[in-house]
Amino acid sequence: MTVAIDVQELCKKYGPKTAVHPLSLTVQQGEIFALLGVNGAGKTTLINMLSSLTKPTEGEAFLLGNSVITDKQKVKQCIAVSPQETAIAPNLSVRENLLLMAGVHGFNKETAKLKVNEMLALFSLSPVEKQRSKTLSGGWQRRLSIAMALISEPEILFLDEPTLGLDILARRELWAIIQNLKGRVTLILTTHYLEEAEALADHICIMKNGRIEALGTIEELKEQTATERFEEAFVQIVGGMM
Amino acid sequence: MRALVFASRTAKEILRDPLTLIFGIGFPVIILLLLTAIGKNIPNDLFQIEQLTPGIAVFSLSFMSLFSAQLIAKDRASSMLARLFTTPMTAADYIIGYTLPLIPMALVQGSICYIVAILLGMDISSNILVAWFLLLPIALVFIGIGLLCGSVFNEKAVAGICGALLTNVVAWLSGTWFSLDLVGKTFKTIAYKLPFVHAVDMGKSIIDGTKNGVLINLSWVLGYSILLLIIAIFMFKRRMQID
Repeated sequence: MTVAIDVQELCKKYGPKTAVHPLSLTVQQGEIFALLGVNGAGKTTLINMLSSLTKPTEGEAFLLGNSVITDKQKVKQCIAVSPQETAIAPNLSVRENLLLMAGVHGFNKETAKLKVNEMLALFSLSPVEKQRSKTLSGGWQRRLSIAMALISEPEILFLDEPTLGLDILARRELWAIIQNLKGRVTLILTTHYLEEAEALADHICIMKNGRIEALGTIEELKEQTATERFEEAFVQIVGGMM
Repeated sequence: MRALVFASRTAKEILRDPLTLIFGIGFPVIILLLLTAIGKNIPNDLFQIEQLTPGIAVFSLSFMSLFSAQLIAKDRASSMLARLFTTPMTAADYIIGYTLPLIPMALVQGSICYIVAILLGMDISSNILVAWFLLLPIALVFIGIGLLCGSVFNEKAVAGICGALLTNVVAWLSGTWFSLDLVGKTFKTIAYKLPFVHAVDMGKSIIDGTKNGVLINLSWVLGYSILLLIIAIFMFKRRMQID
């Protein structure tokens, strides 16, 4: 397998506070890689550094061979981000939001239309395509958010808390969409829902206080902690009580 | 191309907000009608339509700051900007995208002000066209303020700063509503260190045909517009790197 993301001693400090201590990891192309941890663990800072939004204080990371420090434009051409907030243009319709993202990625009008139609079909957004996005329910907005990220056909997709605040049905529908992307797109997923990571991820990285506490498959993590359930393994790793 | 796509989105976001129509067009027209009515009963030159309109045209542009600052602050709060920062868009694309749509909006707003003034009795002359066209550098001052505030402050602060503070500063320091001679030397000196009164003076002298100090006033306005845009671009580019 090819390495999609190669993180080498990446670190982020804000003044005297270290948000992410030097850490290294690799993510294989086409896999779903989950970043877990309690609030303030450093997940979003790590994602921001990998997506060139935040400049690392030390270390380096390569996305498909491109440095997040020196090749930012190249990195931006192969990634997409669906942030924790829905990050949509509220007064634009669903179709217009998708056209906007296709446009800013440089697609010409014809290609943009084709891509938009493809996303509308893939995410079953056609019934609401003319609706202003601010009037959509949370579930539809999340779908749109991910569709906006996918329209550029990224090779690496960052999903920051993609199912936050969704009901169980909407969550399951999104899981199906994410699972459908497996193998085609390298997915970095942050979530607080352990069952989500369990259902979707090939590898799981558990962070605490800006450090990697554990890294492996679900089975490996359970084995490491000698636990039966992943939730127990997680609690043991992050140092909580059961 | 990317900049134009983004500019189109900016235009749609602003124009589809009902507050744009209320504050951008409704408010200046109502003020103009109201003050003209007052002017008919008060024998004061300041309330004559030829004196009043250039000031109101400048004052109305302060809402351009509010529109642009709110949109940028909202885009930051909703992470829309964070999403866009991970696309191949460059700093220039954002600046053009946020600025460009506001220029025709400002000119349309100015047109409406002068059309209403003509309907209320202002003499039609080519000077109106010149005064209208010179709203362009004034609009850039307000767009620069909007871009700067939107890059620095959050949505709530932007509403206070660009919505309440700026409109009051413009109202008090532009000589639109009262002569600055009435409020003392210090106040007047401060006012003349800012671009607003120069913008109003420029409009008034063009409309009354004297064209006194147009070049000096225009230099103040252009100087401020360039300075504010440079600072705004610098601050926005800093925002692109979330440190």
